[in-house]
Amino acid sequence: MTAILADAPAAARWDSRRRAGRFLMFAAIVLLCAWVLLPIYLLIVNALSSPNEVTGFPKRMLPSFDTGSISFFINFAGVAKALWNSILVAALTMVLSIGIGAPAGYALSRFDFPGKEAFRFLVLMTRAFPLPLLALPLAVMFIRTGLDDTPVGLAIVHTTLALPFAVLITFSLFSGIPFELEEAAWTLGCTRLQAFWKVVMPLALPGIAASAVFAFTISWNEVFAAAVLTIENRTLTAFLLQSLNVSPLYLKFAGGAALVVPALIFIFAVRKYLFAMWGIANR
Amino acid sequence: MAEISIRKVAKHFGNFTALHSVDLTIADQEFLVLLGASGCGKTTLLRIVAGLETPSQGEVWIGGRRVDHLPPRDRGIAMVFQNYAVFPHLTVYENIAFGLRMKKLPQDEVDRRVRRTAELIHIEQLLKRYSGQLSGGQRQRVAVARALAMQPDVILMDEPLSNLDALLRLEMRAELKGVLAASKTTTVYVTHDQVEAMSLADRIAVMHQGRIVQAASPVEVYRNPAARFVGSFIGNPPMNFIPAKKAGDGRWSVAGMTLDGPRASRSEIEFAIRPEDVEVAPDGVPITVRVVEPLGAHTLITSDVEGHLFRAVLDSTTTVRTGDRLTLAPKPDRIRWFDPDTTAAL
Ligand SMILES: Nc1ncnc2c1ncn2[C@@H]1O[C@H](COP(=O)(O)OP(=O)(O)O)[C@@H](O)[C@H]1O
Ligand SMILES: [Mg+2]
Repeated sequence: MTAILADAPAAARWDSRRRAGRFLMFAAIVLLCAWVLLPIYLLIVNALSSPNEVTGFPKRMLPSFDTGSISFFINFAGVAKALWNSILVAALTMVLSIGIGAPAGYALSRFDFPGKEAFRFLVLMTRAFPLPLLALPLAVMFIRTGLDDTPVGLAIVHTTLALPFAVLITFSLFSGIPFELEEAAWTLGCTRLQAFWKVVMPLALPGIAASAVFAFTISWNEVFAAAVLTIENRTLTAFLLQSLNVSPLYLKFAGGAALVVPALIFIFAVRKYLFAMWGIANR
Repeated sequence: MAEISIRKVAKHFGNFTALHSVDLTIADQEFLVLLGASGCGKTTLLRIVAGLETPSQGEVWIGGRRVDHLPPRDRGIAMVFQNYAVFPHLTVYENIAFGLRMKKLPQDEVDRRVRRTAELIHIEQLLKRYSGQLSGGQRQRVAVARALAMQPDVILMDEPLSNLDALLRLEMRAELKGVLAASKTTTVYVTHDQVEAMSLADRIAVMHQGRIVQAASPVEVYRNPAARFVGSFIGNPPMNFIPAKKAGDGRWSVAGMTLDGPRASRSEIEFAIRPEDVEVAPDGVPITVRVVEPLGAHTLITSDVEGHLFRAVLDSTTTVRTGDRLTLAPKPDRIRWFDPDTTAAL
């Protein structure tokens, strides 16, 4: 009894300290959310306002749901083609990075081979190379091989950007599927390949789809390589970069929203698998 | 007809030797249990028979065919895994049908076999469910049904009951025994649970540190351990061991008694007796009771003899208390002797 009473002031001190800590954490969370959400919010409000409202003052806090800006943007010369290029390059990137990344992820999760840890590290290291450093030699090489200004050429560059993520996400996916299931399939008459298709693939499919969407998004958002390596076949990002500094403000907002919103939706759809990847990468 | 013959099989993992030249023949339709403590190499041996692991040396024959270079699917085996390995993306029905479909059996044959096996294992009401909707015991049943439906020459089971709770384990044990006996399939069953081994096995192969130390019927393994390890591992409580000194030709002095024993050239061997094979008598080993544990049918008493742990299982009508001094006489026909160096029975 007395012991408990003697501890009361200490407990109170702890309590207040904990409350202060919690307040600080909430403040940090609110700040971070505002940091990310506010620009997106302003972007969307302005994209959904009429051209006059965008340039006028004071600003409205709620969109007027006027499609003037958007429809002007869509009908702007070259936008449709750039949009098509973006989708084409992103789709190619998606196919290439899953086609190469998923087998690598599977090998990392299932086999022990010399240099495995080094390989995993190397996969991450490729992200440490600044793209501008590679851009000039790449452009020269692409011109020599005739890959410059083609969707395939740009997709190859984007694949190198997306591949590390594809490898790490699929690695964590395959690691989460017990090897015992494959062995059971072998004892039930499967070859290695059959066991993979009949047992591992169906279980990994949602995650692989997520990883594909992520690769798509990386390509969709990439602007530097796109701007350097394409002239005629601009993707949407490169097109906007080139033409928007000479275009009116409301067009910039509409173009920005057209880029950000699909990417946001994609990432939101696959967030679960991205967290899984980061869990593995942090280890 | 599927006799399994394991010939001089060894397995090394780097510098570590998991199996030292194992020889074992399992007769057609025999139920053999591999029994041993965790880490002694049971799973490794079973996986070598299954083809999930390649032996470093030696040969594996199944049904007169050398199989050690064949993949699992060509060995005529089916396996039940410790964690069941029920495919989560398939229904129970499709799980059981999986191997049959791989064999390309006609649909009506697949259906017939799935339903018959499910009935046998009492899971016919679960056929439409997914593994996530099953309890551990039900998943276990699905794993067994999936193996049985293959009608394999050989069934391999790796601690199939170890993840079930005690009551369920007891129930499944009896059921497995019945089903497997009826199927007339050669069975290799791995467990670390000696009661499970005793109750299921036609023959028990006791493993210790990568070797088979004895392969014999449950009673033989219990009564006549071939090595000290077998006596100390099997039996609950295990055998008592006391050093014996030579006291003449074939005569040995053990804790004050002089007993007839083997004619060994050594001057010191080990005397062994099971706790239930001693009785309170005027002559024998004098002990002081340290712990008394009434267990219902019996009373377990613990003491020490010359610094060695000594347990006795007495009738529960005997009234003993801690500190009592007793004399315990070993039943002469139950005494066993071991060589302290080779640990083999004498
Ligand atoms: N793939 C492996 N690599 C290295 N050592 C292993 C491997 N598999 C098993 N071992 C070792 O071999 C020994 C026997 O293992 P195992 O056959 O699983 O034992 P049990 O099934 O009897 O518990 C253990 O010491 C284990 O650590
Ligand atoms: Mg094991």
